[in-house]
Amino acid sequence: MFEIFGIPSTALFGQLLIGLINGSFYALLSLGLAVIFGMLNIINFSHGAQYMLGAFAAYLLLQYSGLGYWTALIVAPLLVGVTGVIVERLFLQWLYKLDHLYGLLLTFGLALIIEGVARNYFGSAGLPYTVPASLQGGRNLGFMFLPNYRAWVIVASLTVCIATWFVIERTRLGAYLRAATENPSLVRAFGINVPRMITLTYGFGVALAAFAGVMAAPIYNVSPQMGSELIIVVFAVVVIGGMGSILGAIVTGFGLGVIEGLTKVFFPEASNTVIFVIMAIVLLVRPAGLFGRRG
Amino acid sequence: MKQKLGLAALAVMLACGTASAQQINVKIGVLTDMSSLYSDVGGPGSVVAAKLAIADFTKANPNVKVELISGDHQNKPDIGSQMANQWFDVDKVDLIIDTPNSGVALAVSQVAAAKNKIFIVSGAAASDLTGPKCNANTVHWTYDTWMLANGTGKAIVKTGGDTWFFLTADYAFGHALERDTAAAVEANGGKVVGKVRHPLNTNDFSSFLLQAQASKAKIIGLANAGGDTINSIKQGAEFGIVKGGQKFAGLLVFASDVNALGLQTAQGLTLTETWYWDMNDANRAWTKRWQAERNAPGKFPTMVQAGVYSGITHYLKAVVALKSAADGKAVVAEMKKLPTDDPLFGKGVVRADGRKLHPAYLLEVKAPDESKYPGDFYKVRATIPADEAFRPLKDGNCPLASG
Repeated sequence: MFEIFGIPSTALFGQLLIGLINGSFYALLSLGLAVIFGMLNIINFSHGAQYMLGAFAAYLLLQYSGLGYWTALIVAPLLVGVTGVIVERLFLQWLYKLDHLYGLLLTFGLALIIEGVARNYFGSAGLPYTVPASLQGGRNLGFMFLPNYRAWVIVASLTVCIATWFVIERTRLGAYLRAATENPSLVRAFGINVPRMITLTYGFGVALAAFAGVMAAPIYNVSPQMGSELIIVVFAVVVIGGMGSILGAIVTGFGLGVIEGLTKVFFPEASNTVIFVIMAIVLLVRPAGLFGRRG
Repeated sequence: MKQKLGLAALAVMLACGTASAQQINVKIGVLTDMSSLYSDVGGPGSVVAAKLAIADFTKANPNVKVELISGDHQNKPDIGSQMANQWFDVDKVDLIIDTPNSGVALAVSQVAAAKNKIFIVSGAAASDLTGPKCNANTVHWTYDTWMLANGTGKAIVKTGGDTWFFLTADYAFGHALERDTAAAVEANGGKVVGKVRHPLNTNDFSSFLLQAQASKAKIIGLANAGGDTINSIKQGAEFGIVKGGQKFAGLLVFASDVNALGLQTAQGLTLTETWYWDMNDANRAWTKRWQAERNAPGKFPTMVQAGVYSGITHYLKAVVALKSAADGKAVVAEMKKLPTDDPLFGKGVVRADGRKLHPAYLLEVKAPDESKYPGDFYKVRATIPADEAFRPLKDGNCPLASG
């Protein structure tokens, strides 16, 4: 066993893997944000609240309908996605022509309302949710104990990320979407229902947040403030990756998870700060972000 | 005739004057966390406890008129001390109570001393409040880090848990709890093999848990609170910490945290509290009133909220004895002179350094099949008498204690 900077290499491998797992949450959440910003030009500040709604939906489905984790993984994003569609129809669709700031303020206000309501009914301490029976336990990899659930988190998150990237960048539907953001009137002239497509895109972005919420429920504390604690970091990830860049969101999500994980070994006190230090540096060197296009 | 009328009017005025002098007006502010991680520990539940205390006291003493306000310090010491300044100066508040988050409590304690008002701490834990940072205007009511460390730490070392690794929240409270527990562990023959300090409100503890696992310590001491403790234990179960033979020591675990973890995950956890709702009939009766007033039948009051009730009751007794709430130092001196007695904490005293003394209870979280009804969380393993539960007066380095 060799050592790197005084840390046994086996411990370091463990921390790298853990970082990758946390990175998958960042990637899932920043992916939804990037899709929404890229296609709608809305800075969706209620993303954290929608992530929290996903976790709460999973809890409520289990508590009141007896539906377990696997069902919740499908149903909760659908339910929360529908609320996203309603929000888009009621509020957001009027804001596309205005400055980004209006969308940001509206969604930030929504986030505060959603969180406040949840806190009023459920309190702040949190709700119990356990790991599904089929994913309990774990295996010893030699350098660390890997819980089965964490392995599943990596697989699921990677699959969803790659699928989303593929649909938007490589399929006809994705081409329509990208064209609609560049020039909506031209795309409409080809007979494509642009407003509906935009609405569904927002619904999809929100459903992604809820999906991450269900994934988080068994391992993180399910509480009303779970989203607001994470969302600031996720915004930093999106800014570093380049606003609206889907590939950027995925790569920086995983990458920053790893960097944060390493910080937890070498200088744990700074582990909540390191991402913002990187953000400041990236903004100085490349204001459009690592994968962003200028202009 | 005119003269007589004038005399009568004077007499009436004098009578009114003395009547209003007998009336005592007090204003109490509950400064707490309304919107974040400690809002179930204190928060709106503390305001309800304050209302109950005021209702009970003014029923027996109709000449006391109490006004109650509350506010959210958002866990930021600067906001907390700014609010305290405004409450004392502008709103004429006489007493600030509760204030979970030791960082905020230490700041507010300074403000109370500077303005000669009163601060009763129920929610915050740092034992420095009655140690080097003590003052003649602050009373520390419900619990503190020394008592938690001594209760839980000592009991665990005595039953064989003699090597410790700490997961510590990186602020005043976590540091104080880690320091006090490490001292208790070492004093009883145990050893601290490592520690890691994590930022407040950390989401993922797996990295820290791996470090704890690698340390091979028998006990992982959680010198953190609220969501951080919940996340540590929840993820610890996932990483097979307990199955691997290591054990968690929850140094500050509230009933609301156990509820959030679920008994399945929390079972077997040892912890120390000074008040448990299901301990006796008086507590159960008060809990019913609290739930009705709070309009939350499924919630259970924490020791912090019970401490707010008890603290306000004793404060009002001292104010009545002095017939005035104006001089903060004098009221606190009176609180130290009078023995405390209330339905929730029983009989006790407030010591010279501002420490309130009462027994503490070593509790163990029940397994799911042992729990008979909602809120049936704990088995009482031991009662620590009041004179052993808290730090001896001479060890605190409080200037008030020596003088």
